[in-house]
Amino acid sequence: MFNLRNSFVPRLMLLIAVVALLAACGSASPGTSSTGASPGASPASSGSAAASEAASPPAAASAATGEPVTIRYLTPGQETEGLESVISTLSKSYTEQHPNVTYEHEVAPQTDLIQRVQLLAGSNNLPTMFAYESGAPLLPLIEAKKVLDVEKTFTELGIFDQLNPATVALLKSLVNDQGLYAIPVELNIEGFWYNKKLFADNGLQEPKTWDELLQVAEALHAKGIQPFSASGQQGWPLTRLINGYAIRKYGPDVMERVAQGELKLTDPGFIEAAKIVQDMGTKGYFGEGVATIDYDTAVDQFLQGTAAMLYMGSWELRTFNDPARNQIGAENVGLFNIPTVDGGAGTADAWSMNAGLTRSFSQAAYDANPQAVGDWIKGVFSQYGQQAADAGLVTGFTVANPPTNQPELTKMVVQQIAGAKTGVLWFEARFDPEATTLSQTNAALLATGDMTPEQFMTDLQQALDS
Amino acid sequence: MEKVLRDPKAVLVFVGPALLVYALVLLIPIVWSIGYTFFEGSAISGFTFVGFANFVRLMQDRRFWNALWFSTKYMLVVSSGQVLLGLLLALLFHFYLKRASSVVRTLVFFPVVLPTVAVAAIFSKLFAIAPQYGIVNAVLELFGLQAVSWLGRGTTAFWVLAIMDIWRAMGFYAVLLYAGLVDIPGDILEAASLDGAKGWRLVQFIVLPLLVPLLISSLIFSMNGTLKVFDSVLALTNGGPGQATTPLTLYMYRASFQNNQYGYGSTVALMLTLYCLLVSLLAFRFARRDVA
Repeated sequence: MFNLRNSFVPRLMLLIAVVALLAACGSASPGTSSTGASPGASPASSGSAAASEAASPPAAASAATGEPVTIRYLTPGQETEGLESVISTLSKSYTEQHPNVTYEHEVAPQTDLIQRVQLLAGSNNLPTMFAYESGAPLLPLIEAKKVLDVEKTFTELGIFDQLNPATVALLKSLVNDQGLYAIPVELNIEGFWYNKKLFADNGLQEPKTWDELLQVAEALHAKGIQPFSASGQQGWPLTRLINGYAIRKYGPDVMERVAQGELKLTDPGFIEAAKIVQDMGTKGYFGEGVATIDYDTAVDQFLQGTAAMLYMGSWELRTFNDPARNQIGAENVGLFNIPTVDGGAGTADAWSMNAGLTRSFSQAAYDANPQAVGDWIKGVFSQYGQQAADAGLVTGFTVANPPTNQPELTKMVVQQIAGAKTGVLWFEARFDPEATTLSQTNAALLATGDMTPEQFMTDLQQALDS
Repeated sequence: MEKVLRDPKAVLVFVGPALLVYALVLLIPIVWSIGYTFFEGSAISGFTFVGFANFVRLMQDRRFWNALWFSTKYMLVVSSGQVLLGLLLALLFHFYLKRASSVVRTLVFFPVVLPTVAVAAIFSKLFAIAPQYGIVNAVLELFGLQAVSWLGRGTTAFWVLAIMDIWRAMGFYAVLLYAGLVDIPGDILEAASLDGAKGWRLVQFIVLPLLVPLLISSLIFSMNGTLKVFDSVLALTNGGPGQATTPLTLYMYRASFQNNQYGYGSTVALMLTLYCLLVSLLAFRFARRDVA
């Protein structure tokens, strides 16, 4: 055996080990799909956002000189589906005219989205544009100046008039009126979708009050028809019902008053709301095993005619208009607003509305290339509203030429949105993540009778207080 | 060779890289995480020093105690089930099936190599109540019994989870203990049977005492696995209904990554680490007394 002492072999081995380790650490390649036209753009892509803040002045000049710029976009949607296909088509036609710009569409599962964006924000590596929740989760990003002030930038670019003012107001109210930091690429209205044929066959009318709603449910249940389908696994379809009762009892600003401490979730009206949802569950109005029902199953139960009503947002219009999944036929789908409560302060002209998952922009990525990124934003979002409307989507963008060939259901939703006097937010819109998780996981227990309405509300109020 | 291994520099070369990687990916994050227990905040908003506030909160947190109790209950039931059924299967292989056992062994081992998510998908369909009855509820209905929302109730969901994880891992322990059984010299068994030890008495007085070291190892293996269970719970029940099937691992994950409370999540993680350490120490103590 040769002697290793004083030999350069150990040092060489150590060097190799260290080099190998460093190489492994350095090659963090993101799982992106590059669709840009510029072949030379990829080397610039990995470092551009990370080094953005420091590199602002020289990078700003890059757009003018045609240096490679990468637009990274993180979203849960596949590139070929719904609004993603509109954004991607517009982006691609932009990159064709601007070969120095590369567009990367990166998909993150919706369950991981919030966490992914927060980690990326923490490491100063936010993508140029990303899907995110527009409520409480956006606040820390605004305070840390990580997201672009959309109102300012869109005004500078001359495209602010593309956004629908009512939706802008809604988005601002979600972040305590700190400004506009998200764009409404979709706009939804929520309510009870019902099977018109089942209603007609059983001689039932659209209910106007909660009492009538419960009578309709009881009549259907007595005939062996499941009145509602709801996903207890998701939880929110159940807490939306609590919210629905509360806004009709206390008025549309009820959750705002809870957030400000004027009302407590343990007040009798909220206990009453939770009790009603519990009774609906224990009487079997949601069918068997509501706690185990997932989102798609709930939608399918309604679309296959096994359940008569479904509380849902209009983002499911695409499914309702899809004859492969909608077996009851789009013509048999009706929509009614949350019914009123006798003696309550809420009126029937307030609709539960939201902009779904909004899109925000990274301040750092914008600062790195204000001209190039701004030009891309202008290129895509000056046309987005019209293109999306033509594709049958409802958005918070203004539409100059309303399409004439929209499906009946989509037309009806557009009309309802136009006629809505007040927009109401969802139950957890102003909750922090902890209270949101608690509310949505405990909802199934409430509906199965395993948790009392008092306990449900007390736990939630405690989470809000802490 | 011995000369080489006595040379501190050579030792450093051989051990150094592994130690470096170990320190980078394990030790530093652990120390870092312990540090976080005195802070609260997130990567975006920054961290503020809160002293022992996280620990005080932990002591008063009903959901933490629920998760700790679930983890304990789950470890006791699933670990004993895995090792006991593994032992029975091993005895079956060795004493009844003998050389013909290879097919059965392969079949019983099969779930071990299946991905957890796939196993969870099978079980959620087996025990389903909606949109249509799974096989279990269909059988109940056949006998005129009421269908049960197995995964919709905390108590039944626990048992479905336990059955799934016992079924999934018992093949592994069966093979492990079978190897131990094969190792028991034939002449000892022969001598015992000449002395009149047969059936259960042979197992009780000869086989089991000789298997004890392997049984203890299996138990330690199994308890460490069940205390850290995450994937099967996430895939089958997602910790629900409510919080009924949430172990410490999932509670920690939720606190850190869903609720964005990295300090509190680290505190829960620290408790889980201490608990694992305690269980391992107890098992080792127990093992040494028995093996000695």
